[in-house]
Amino acid sequence: MRISTFTYCLKQGIKNICRNIWFSLASVATICACIFLFCLFFSIITNIQYMIKHVESTVGISILFDESLSEEEILGIGEEIKKQPEIKEMRYISAAEAWDSFQREYFAGNEELAEGFAQDNPLAGSASYEIFLYSIDSQENFVAYLQGISGIREVNYSNTAVAGLSSLNKVVGLLSLVIIGVLLAVSIFLINNTISVAAAFRKNESQIMRLIGATNFMIRAPFIVEGVMIGMIGALIPLTAMYFIYIRTVSYVMMRFRIFSGIISFIPIDQIYPVMILTALAMGVGIGFFGSFFTIRKYLRV
Amino acid sequence: MMIEILNINKTYETGNRALRNVSITIEDGEFVFIMGRSGSGKSTLLRLLLKEAEPTSGKIIVNAMDLQKMPRRYVPKYRRKLGFVFQDFRLLQDRSVFENVAFAQRVIGASGRQIRQSVPEMLKLVGLSSKYKSLPQQLSGGEQQRVAIARALINRPEVLLADEPTGNLDHGNAIEIMKLLEQINQLGTTVVVITHSQDIVGQMGKRVITIDRGQVIGDDGIEGGNTHEN
Repeated sequence: MRISTFTYCLKQGIKNICRNIWFSLASVATICACIFLFCLFFSIITNIQYMIKHVESTVGISILFDESLSEEEILGIGEEIKKQPEIKEMRYISAAEAWDSFQREYFAGNEELAEGFAQDNPLAGSASYEIFLYSIDSQENFVAYLQGISGIREVNYSNTAVAGLSSLNKVVGLLSLVIIGVLLAVSIFLINNTISVAAAFRKNESQIMRLIGATNFMIRAPFIVEGVMIGMIGALIPLTAMYFIYIRTVSYVMMRFRIFSGIISFIPIDQIYPVMILTALAMGVGIGFFGSFFTIRKYLRV
Repeated sequence: MMIEILNINKTYETGNRALRNVSITIEDGEFVFIMGRSGSGKSTLLRLLLKEAEPTSGKIIVNAMDLQKMPRRYVPKYRRKLGFVFQDFRLLQDRSVFENVAFAQRVIGASGRQIRQSVPEMLKLVGLSSKYKSLPQQLSGGEQQRVAIARALINRPEVLLADEPTGNLDHGNAIEIMKLLEQINQLGTTVVVITHSQDIVGQMGKRVITIDRGQVIGDDGIEGGNTHEN
């Protein structure tokens, strides 16, 4: 395509937008709302997933063995468990190590209180394994597997935080899908209307173009440019807003809920934003392109 | 560009028979009037030539090319060989004379340099060099039609089709436009003018094909130059 042809299509596209400024603004506003919500839900969902991953890496399963088992027998069972593919990390904590750790935690500064147990480990028979899985989703099955092994006395695990985050993630995901779906439909409807009005305004011009020998592409291009520009503006506005909202929200939450810093951790803006830009622009341009393309096909059959 | 219309019939979906067994041959470089009352089928004939509509039966051969067999993707290219002038000028009211003429080149992807060179030449040919900045509403009817002719000619078509080009003009302007079309014809372009004005046709002394109720009832250009009326 020649530069002059490209400039011509671009100019005509801009002219179309200005000519139906209110329709164009309505389309931009709906796409803005749609993409803003997309960015919002995208941030929430990806951050929850990020937090789940973070929590998964800190929440483990610990198994305790029958007190009658010797250390060799425990290690033997451990070797068997280790063969499971779900395991990311597995650590053996002997009774002595468990007692040392307990002393450090509870008798710090009052070591003399523990001296009474010097010859007698109160945690004898508390040798355990601490297991971390690749995915928390496999935890339930894995715990059932552990509980079925003879010689294992107790399986301790916590899934409340992760399960909570997971179900929240599912609800937010579903809700966002529904809302974005509705807004997408509204955006396409409005783009359709805007382009239809532009097509009606330019009917005479399009007819002349057709008789002069302009190709379908040349006749449709200004309308597609219009749609794509509306989509692009509709994406750039919420993207800019989202950049500042994200930074402010993250710093506010981190300040306000410092107590939960173990659970709450956010994806840095420079990691999440490039993905958001690409997806939102693709959405905006996609809505604009397909919305205008199909409308104009209908109105300007050549 | 030679145009052969062979036994063309056109019946619209409404059942209206617009053309019945029409056969016309227009030689390269000819100036032809197609005359008839409104509803006689003249405009349908033009639509068929422009490949805006398809005949129900018969053939249209342009430069040895059967229009019905022409793939749709070639239609724009074919139309570039034809220039078209409307009765109501159909100028773009928001653009200057220059831009109206340049428009025809822009939409077929001509370069900026080509446009800057050929538009002034064309405006000179139609006698509107001094009005290139004017908007259509600042021009008289005759001047507007000149702009429309310049737009139709800017892509150097082989045939100029004019549908009632003088229909909205007074006698003086109509004669001026006809003289311009004659001048264009002398430069080698085949000119086909559709009109119902006996007056204009009489003054020009060119070949006249008369259509009535979808049938050719007279052609003074056929061998022997006879005109027959039903």
